[in-house]
Amino acid sequence: MNKNWPLWEVFIRSKAGLNHKHVGSLHAADADMAIQNARDVYTRRNEGVSIWVVESTNIAASDPADSDQMYEPAKDKVYRHPTFYNLPDELKHM
Amino acid sequence: MQDQNKFNYIIQQADNCLILGQRLAELCGHGPVLEQDIATTNISLDLIGQARLFYQYAAELQEEGKTEDDLAYLRDAWDFKNVLLVEQPNGDFGKTIFRQFLYDTFSCYFYEELMKSSDERLASIAAKSHKETLYHMKWSGDWVIRLGDGTEESHNRIQQSVNELWSYKDEIISVNAVDQEAEKAGYGVSLELIKEKRNEKIKAVLEEATLTTPEGDYAHKGGKEGTHSEHLGFILADLQFLQRAYPGNEW
Repeated sequence: MNKNWPLWEVFIRSKAGLNHKHVGSLHAADADMAIQNARDVYTRRNEGVSIWVVESTNIAASDPADSDQMYEPAKDKVYRHPTFYNLPDELKHM
Repeated sequence: MQDQNKFNYIIQQADNCLILGQRLAELCGHGPVLEQDIATTNISLDLIGQARLFYQYAAELQEEGKTEDDLAYLRDAWDFKNVLLVEQPNGDFGKTIFRQFLYDTFSCYFYEELMKSSDERLASIAAKSHKETLYHMKWSGDWVIRLGDGTEESHNRIQQSVNELWSYKDEIISVNAVDQEAEKAGYGVSLELIKEKRNEKIKAVLEEATLTTPEGDYAHKGGKEGTHSEHLGFILADLQFLQRAYPGNEW
């Protein structure tokens, strides 16, 4: 049996209205402890206002070996970016 | 000195914060796991921060041109008025936790009352510290429950710490002449009030942790009057070495 506490992934929302972002991982015995540990490890310099934790084993990840078939095909399809529109000058921040 | 009793009253709590902060600082880099190493160090820093606010105020009241540093680094063991609880060694993690829990259940309710102090400066220090202490009490209380209601070994070990530290529980809510005068003057708190809330909290957590409350209410005393265990000398030797060996040194 693994004697280490399970691994958790930590997501922090830096301020209201923004997304939670993955900041790292830590060990904890359960979700409550993971949130407390995340508070101590990842928010001590005012980094956040909200914490999500999820046990790492619950994350399904894509296989790096499949990169070619997964991501290559998108590379030559520039038309999927809305870059062919002429924007009026008045439109800013696009 | 404007108000000797107020000075003494502030020093009592400042010294509790500083000495417990120093004890926890010993764990920096030596915590049981990385996450708890950071947790204890965070709490240590909170406590030292609280100590600074109190020492700064005390130094002003003293009117001798001294600073917080003089109070922290250049007083001798008998000048320190912290309770014996906070100078107890870290021991195993269970002992560190239970010592912390006994302290947090005091400081949390103490600051809650001190927020209503007639002295605005004390009230504002209390308000800032209370938020920090709420988290400390949650952290240490959760750990008491985890260890008590954990494995057979964790249960037995923290029960041992509960038994060992029980006689250090009540000095912190014992009333001395300084406390009496402070309460009468309106800037101090009623320790009786705190005692009730604190005992209820301790009882509830011990029950949830499936731990046995030790019998007997003998309480070691002396710290608040400057009579300390041998531990304090060693703590101060660590804490004060640099200023004693190289007076006025800064970095």
